[in-house]
Amino acid sequence: MAGPSMMETLFQRTLEDLIKGMRLQLIGESAFISKAVEEIRREIKSTDLHTKSIALQKLTYLNSLHDVDMSWAAFHAVECMSSSRFADKRIGYVAASQSFNESTPVLLLITNQLRKDLTSVNEHEASLALECLAKIGTVDLARDLTPEVFTLLSSSKVFVRKKSIGVTMRVFEKYPDAVRVCFKRLVENLESSDPQSLSATVGVFCELAAKDPLSYLPLAPEFYRILVDSKNNWVLIKVLKIFARLAPLEPRLAKKVTEPICEHMRRTGAKSLMFECVRTVVGSLSEYESAVKLAVVKIRELLLEDDPNLKYLGLHALSIVAPKHSWAVLENKEVVIKSLSDEDANIKLESLRLVMAMVSESNIIEISRVLVHYALKSDPEFCNEILGSILSTCSRNFYEIVMDFDWYVSLLGEMSRTPHCQKSEEIEFQLIDVGMRVRDARPELVRLARSLLIDPALLGNPFLHRILSAAAWVSGEYVEFSLNPFELAEALIQPRASLLPTSIRVVYLQSVFKILIFCVNSYLSQTETLADLEPEVPDSISQRENSEASDLASVRALFEREHDEAFNPGVLDRPSTDNSIEDIGNAADGDGQTSTFVSFRKNGFTRESIVNLVNLVEVAMRPLSVSLEVEMLERTCNILGLIEVLKRELPAVFQNEKVLEKEELEVLKLIKLMNDAFSEELGPVSTSAQERVPIPDGLVLKDNLADLDEVMGDVKLPSSSSFSLESPYNGQRMDPASCNVQSKEDSEASSESTSLLAEHRKRHGLYYLPSEGNGTISNDYPPANDLKSGDTNQDDTEDFVKLTAQSLVSKKKPNYAKPRPVVVKLDEGESVPVVLKKRDSRDDLLSGAVRDILLGDDAVKLSSSIKGKEKVNADPLDSKENMHDMENSSHRKSSSRRSKQRPHRKERGQTNPEKLGVEKEEHGGKVKSKSSHRHGRQKSRQKAEGSSDIIAETPVIPDFLL
Amino acid sequence: MIKAVMVMNTQGKPRLAKFYDYELAGFAKLRLLLLSAALSSRAENVSNFVEADAIFGLDSRLVYKHYATLYFVFVFDSSENELAMLDLIQVFVETLDKCFKNVCELDIVFNYGKMQTILDEIVFGGQVLETSSAEVMKVVEEISKLEAASNAITFVPKTVSNWRGR
Repeated sequence: MAGPSMMETLFQRTLEDLIKGMRLQLIGESAFISKAVEEIRREIKSTDLHTKSIALQKLTYLNSLHDVDMSWAAFHAVECMSSSRFADKRIGYVAASQSFNESTPVLLLITNQLRKDLTSVNEHEASLALECLAKIGTVDLARDLTPEVFTLLSSSKVFVRKKSIGVTMRVFEKYPDAVRVCFKRLVENLESSDPQSLSATVGVFCELAAKDPLSYLPLAPEFYRILVDSKNNWVLIKVLKIFARLAPLEPRLAKKVTEPICEHMRRTGAKSLMFECVRTVVGSLSEYESAVKLAVVKIRELLLEDDPNLKYLGLHALSIVAPKHSWAVLENKEVVIKSLSDEDANIKLESLRLVMAMVSESNIIEISRVLVHYALKSDPEFCNEILGSILSTCSRNFYEIVMDFDWYVSLLGEMSRTPHCQKSEEIEFQLIDVGMRVRDARPELVRLARSLLIDPALLGNPFLHRILSAAAWVSGEYVEFSLNPFELAEALIQPRASLLPTSIRVVYLQSVFKILIFCVNSYLSQTETLADLEPEVPDSISQRENSEASDLASVRALFEREHDEAFNPGVLDRPSTDNSIEDIGNAADGDGQTSTFVSFRKNGFTRESIVNLVNLVEVAMRPLSVSLEVEMLERTCNILGLIEVLKRELPAVFQNEKVLEKEELEVLKLIKLMNDAFSEELGPVSTSAQERVPIPDGLVLKDNLADLDEVMGDVKLPSSSSFSLESPYNGQRMDPASCNVQSKEDSEASSESTSLLAEHRKRHGLYYLPSEGNGTISNDYPPANDLKSGDTNQDDTEDFVKLTAQSLVSKKKPNYAKPRPVVVKLDEGESVPVVLKKRDSRDDLLSGAVRDILLGDDAVKLSSSIKGKEKVNADPLDSKENMHDMENSSHRKSSSRRSKQRPHRKERGQTNPEKLGVEKEEHGGKVKSKSSHRHGRQKSRQKAEGSSDIIAETPVIPDFLL
Repeated sequence: MIKAVMVMNTQGKPRLAKFYDYELAGFAKLRLLLLSAALSSRAENVSNFVEADAIFGLDSRLVYKHYATLYFVFVFDSSENELAMLDLIQVFVETLDKCFKNVCELDIVFNYGKMQTILDEIVFGGQVLETSSAEVMKVVEEISKLEAASNAITFVPKTVSNWRGR
């Protein structure tokens, strides 16, 4: 690089020296770099421009590869740019385009330098300036240098012209008014005979059309000409990209370009061009059956290639076709499914997406089942991809494709038991969402919740905690569907629940509370009916009585202990009760009908069972009542308070079933009220619910709440102690002393409870799980965790192929025994409000300017040929009515061109696109006739091979393009 | 357009990093780190694509090629064709190969400037301007000549060269 100057070699290290030094350094890279930067800082101050530029070059290198800051050297870069020596100038320009940005202050200084270099005779100097402008051009630079760029656009030197074409993109983007000056010359370059300029111009239009396709519709004829005439694959690809954006805007344009695109697709040997044609057809021309059919044939070719790149792109193209032409996926299903076990993660993912795209309500059950099975064998990452895509597919549009929610709920359960499952948040959400929206799914949900909650092994897996939280909520909210609420309560208070984080334990506690209320209420209403009680007391009275009762309760708080003692016998006769419950539970499971639910409920809530439950819960709650977590503390106290009220107010129930007194009636009302409160159904809430609450008359909502302080000045915020140890039902205050007593008692109680639980567990094998007569529940419990080692992956894939083949081919809907349950949907406001993409005002300016230019342009051109196009355009425009005038003119223009090209088209257009086989043969002949085209390609392939043996470590991918 | 071109070795050391999208240049080091992790996790003989939305923002596609100890990486958006980009890598490497006669990592390390010149001829402000390695070679040689010519002036004592510059 640097010349062998004496000065340099003596006093300054060149970039090369720096790099060599860095490789040999012994002091550590960062230390070496900071030393080098110090040196650079010294050198860069030199008055000698050459020394300065070498220093700057080194700094640029360090900035690029080692993230060294170089913003401080901006002025030095400007100095180097102004050097008369090309080498220094170049270093300056490279440094500037690498480090300058909109906020660099010295940017103002370079305008004149750039102008000077743009007009330089030396094309390389002009090229440097253009490069710099393309990289760092600002609004000011673009505005000031537009005339120079305009001049260069018609430069005779291709080297400069192609770069000036490239720079127009940045200039237009920054300074839309430049369009008025430069656009015409840019368009002229579309007709340029020079391939490099043409390629650059098409590239620029491709970028411009990506931002605002509508404005460039009038240029469609030019692009069409290139599409038909050009032999350069780069240019063709770019033109195809442009048409992919224009075609959806104008149906007639789409119709016109379909045939030439298909022609290219058939004829070309370059995979890149072929793939681009395929993508254009499936993406933008998907209503043209014959074109799509041809594209699918080509996709199949790609899929059968050995090259993983082509396979991946083939799958990618299929996933674009899938939404509109699912048959295309069905035709290729074997390949897609085999790709699920490909070694390449890209291909696996893409095929998973495709499999999910094939899903319909008729095959979702089969596909999900197999995919979940597949997930068990995959690596954790892909496993979660599978689970995630099942979840999102099934929940799409309010579970649109799920017909059988009992199945879906059990699928959710199965997924949560998949070993690598990390989708707990999504599963949690869906469990609750299904519960709220689908009434018919609730019994199954509760059954699932039970099986999840009751398994102590699950508590140890932190990934499952969110799911358990949902299960706990479901079990509390829909406890009325439970076969055995006692079992649920036991599961919720099992000792291992302490492994859960507080936020989830809180849900557990609340559910225990709900279950307790439900059980007691059921029992009481049952005894009520049995004993044929007095007629109901009006609500107002009962409420008054309740409040009296709680007053009385606080007075009588001291007597509470005695009741406790009175309860102990209940604990002792517990085992027998449990047996009876279980028996009944089994019976109920036996046929699972609602009638047995009812009968179970009538008979299930015996006095002993209630007493047992209450005692068990109390024993479990006691240790928690001294929890440090406020939420837990509060809920625990709620439960304990309830228990105390029950015990005090219902001695009759707990001692003798037949004796019912007035007091009990009161507590009956209390329980009833609470049960009513809990059985109020929770539904999905619209996101716009808050907005729809009408603001009452006379309510003035203040935006500024600054004067709140004055109002609240003398109101003390509740201190933290005030919500601590108060039981809400009896208002009893636990002083520290009683707390101590309590905790001592707790330790006893808890040891007692653990021994009880242990005994219980021993009796029932795995924790509390009753053995089921017919395995409706036990079936979906264990198998998830044991991988069937016997199956090899290959077998599995084949199974899958077979299976999906069956399920995909059979299009008829399976007959479901029961109709699809109702899924509650809200009319509005459930979807996340779509934020309208705001377009940059500068973009609008740009497209406005482009339209102005093109409109004017067309007016001139059209005036000459206005007669001919009236005829062609005889039939009324079928396009959108509200289209711009300008576009109308473009239709005319394109159709006038169409008439010109008609003879040319007929020649090729003889083939009937329906008969693909015939066409292909014809086509083979054509390819041969295009020998010049192929020849060029072979040459370049030889070139590629020539170079490939030099770097032979990785196989060279065939040269698709050249 | 092309958003970035990077060359890094298999240990994740960057050899060239050029960002055409100014926003991407921020956190360049972090991006390179993530990228090298993504690349090194890929086996041989798999496809040359990496899903890179997480590293380079939305609508990013990434192709790479692995030559000996080097990864050549192109990041681009939906306006480019994936296979064409793979070809472009091929053109880039071919040109390097012509330039250095049997290119290896060391050539690239010591001739950072030249590699950048070559790339600048192929990709201009994020757009592909040249796809023929012969053309690129021609320009690169011209530039080297120009640079050599301007450096030759330094043989003249500095005071004189300054005077001539005015």
